[in-house]
Amino acid sequence: MKLYLKIWRQLNATSKGEMVDYEIDGVTEHMSFLEMLDLLNESLIQLKERVIEFDHDCREGICGQCGVMINGRAHGPLKQTTTCQLHMRSFKDGDTIYIEPFRATAFPVVRDLKINRTSFDSIITAGGYIGASTGQAPEANSIPISYETVEASFDAAACIGCGACVATCKNSSAALFVGAKITHLALLPQGKIEASKRVLTMVDQMDKEGFGACSNTEACEVECPQGISVLSIAKMNYEYNKALIMKK
Amino acid sequence: MIDSKIPDGPLADKWNTYKAKAKLVNPANRKKLTIIVVGTGLAGSSCAASLAEQGYNIQSFCFQDSPRRAHSVAAQGGVNAVKNYKNDGDSVYRMFYDTIKGGDFRSREANVYRLAECSASLIDQSVAQGVPFAREYGGYLNNRSFGGVQVSRTFYARGQTGQQLLLGAYQSLLRQVNTGKVTMHTRHEMLELVLVDGKAKGIIARNLETGAIERHVADAVVLATGGYGKVYYLSTLAMGCNSSALWRAHKKGAYMAGVSWIQFHPTCLPQHGANQSKLTLMSESLRNDGRIWVPKKAGDDRLPNSIPEEERDYYLERKYPAFGNLAPRDISSRAAKERIDSGHGAGPMKNAVYLDFSDAIAAQGKKTIEAKYSNLFAMYEKINGIDAYKEPMLISPAAHFTMGGLWVDYELMTTIPGLFALGEANFADHGANRLGANSLLQACVDGYFIAPYTIPNYLSGELKATKISTDHPAFAEAENSVREQLNRFLQSKGTLSTDYFHKTIGRLLYEKCGLSRSKQNLEEAIVAIKTLKASFEKDLLITGDDTLNSELEKAGRVADYIELAELMCYDALQREESCGAHFREEYQSNEGEAVRNDADYCYVSAWEWKGLTNPPELHKEPLVFENVELAVRSYK
Repeated sequence: MKLYLKIWRQLNATSKGEMVDYEIDGVTEHMSFLEMLDLLNESLIQLKERVIEFDHDCREGICGQCGVMINGRAHGPLKQTTTCQLHMRSFKDGDTIYIEPFRATAFPVVRDLKINRTSFDSIITAGGYIGASTGQAPEANSIPISYETVEASFDAAACIGCGACVATCKNSSAALFVGAKITHLALLPQGKIEASKRVLTMVDQMDKEGFGACSNTEACEVECPQGISVLSIAKMNYEYNKALIMKK
Repeated sequence: MIDSKIPDGPLADKWNTYKAKAKLVNPANRKKLTIIVVGTGLAGSSCAASLAEQGYNIQSFCFQDSPRRAHSVAAQGGVNAVKNYKNDGDSVYRMFYDTIKGGDFRSREANVYRLAECSASLIDQSVAQGVPFAREYGGYLNNRSFGGVQVSRTFYARGQTGQQLLLGAYQSLLRQVNTGKVTMHTRHEMLELVLVDGKAKGIIARNLETGAIERHVADAVVLATGGYGKVYYLSTLAMGCNSSALWRAHKKGAYMAGVSWIQFHPTCLPQHGANQSKLTLMSESLRNDGRIWVPKKAGDDRLPNSIPEEERDYYLERKYPAFGNLAPRDISSRAAKERIDSGHGAGPMKNAVYLDFSDAIAAQGKKTIEAKYSNLFAMYEKINGIDAYKEPMLISPAAHFTMGGLWVDYELMTTIPGLFALGEANFADHGANRLGANSLLQACVDGYFIAPYTIPNYLSGELKATKISTDHPAFAEAENSVREQLNRFLQSKGTLSTDYFHKTIGRLLYEKCGLSRSKQNLEEAIVAIKTLKASFEKDLLITGDDTLNSELEKAGRVADYIELAELMCYDALQREESCGAHFREEYQSNEGEAVRNDADYCYVSAWEWKGLTNPPELHKEPLVFENVELAVRSYK
């Protein structure tokens, strides 16, 4: 199939970007979206032009490194699908596709479709862990955890840190990302001890990084490739308020 | 003569003996020492976190935008550990034996025993970090069985075990970033190792965001940079996985061992077209419930559901009744290749076999199967548009794991003093074939439980060494060689992209040094690689400049792949036997099974770089088996 692409090109964080038109022919329905971009880049190389830079790595939907806005939607039209797992059978011959980076103040553009998501790491650094030193942990079965609890914890832990939630949110809020980590750890008995401290430091860091507030539109859950529930935001708010009260 | 430094004494006591005698560094002195850790997968993150907790300064590097993206994240099925929770006869010795046998008796007894010995602690460690392993209703940990073994010792977190283990290690790493003991360098690629007086003292890294070339100095360097299966281009690996850190260390004097021992994973999605960039892996755990078959009749074009039961060949169950669909990976992959090559392949390109869940769904119900594998079935449908609850999956073997890597001794130190290699980057534990769910284990055990003893043992001798700064001439020299190579790439005026060369070397290796090898093919490959190398130097085309430039990054990696590919062929050619994943067509039984030659090849092949124009030099580390009897590896 032949496609008309409008792709965001931007040299660096401080330069001005623009949408640039490209045409691409010979796309097949079995190709992944990123393989389509590979094909386009190959043609740019032959024209001796600079390639379109985009983030990607595992190409199997788990590393969380890929992610672009496709026709205004984070990771494109399919539910619970990363950009790398989107295949061209979702498009038809003659389509025009708008491709832009995930945009947020806390995600500055590095170049073209590549963005800087270090702000996510900074939130985890602030407290997104259980303070267990390595090497000398107690016997695993000495902490029984109910099947339901561990499954609920897993549902939140499945977050791949891609940033689609932030990109799709009109406030550029990281509430789903942070809520997922809070929920993952706060549900587990071994994570409960630091739960109050954790939620306060992580939320504080989230604000410092320049993410917006959550206004409960729930758009993030719709675009999340792992289908993380917005209930994890509620859990975060519950843990946060509880921690504030306990602090006083 | 290379010294593997295996401690004396009975097998079961070796590691405890080592730990009891290893030299320590006083807590007050640890803050005077810096360790560079390249790679933030399970091995790198766990090692960096553990050493930082002890009080050392860590400089951690990854080429991805976040340490959490490292390819450990992609492992699906599980991690092995001797807990014997199922009370089904597991023990350290049994796991040791399974791993030695799985590796076709081409690994070190002492290393493998230590791996099994430390495995139980890893589960404890991960649970403490909050890894949500599958549980039974009573709240205790659940596990399942995996290829090549007859007990249930595989712990799992749905189909995302690697991701969950990595998040545990990543969070421990960032906890140390918070304390200031770890400095993270994301989007950085190591391009050269710096040696001072023969010891590893630093690296040259390129900041991939700005293009800046940076010098980093340390008292020891750890490479935890993963495997190089991406040399085949089409593989289960991430696009950025590469061999450059290993290869550049190799060219500085570190030996490479078992270089051509590459595992082809039997349950991957087959290739469907020329522009394909990767072969997605479907967890081997699927083989617990899926049955593998091909049509009995060659060239059968019917859809799978219209081929009646009696016209299906469940070839693994037929050839290996004791293990059936759970036969080890090398055997399963080779059996699939044999069926495909003989014209029984399924799918549009006739390059696949069926993995069928209809019997399991009938016996256990769709709900049970969904609970076990829903994410894998969903992934399959996303990629192929096919519902595998209704129609069998199409699967095919793909390049996956490198048993080979940098040669290391018992302390995980390479032949360069102060340079350590952890996880898939070293060759140590898997012999000629890795058992499923042993890879996450090895990466974690190396980082959490071994390096924290062996690296301080080395560093204790470095406390009194003269401190080096990045002004040392060795840094200038290393930096110049990096700059020269980058400039050469940028000035290239050819017509062919890096991807062209990568795809070409990959195809060549699949054909000549893949699932099966022969003297003739390997000799042809060595000639073809030399031609390709000359073409790469003359015909490469790179656009863009020396700032952020993904084509420039790829050029360096592909240049290294081409040289590595040549060494792989030398390694495969020299070893005139079949063992594990290394199947030489000349050395097989009448039934097509691998025939090992213990009299002549019971050693590790460790290769030394001798310059661009000379062939590599072979060093042999004899493998001594004192606790197991060398047996024919049968899964029948």
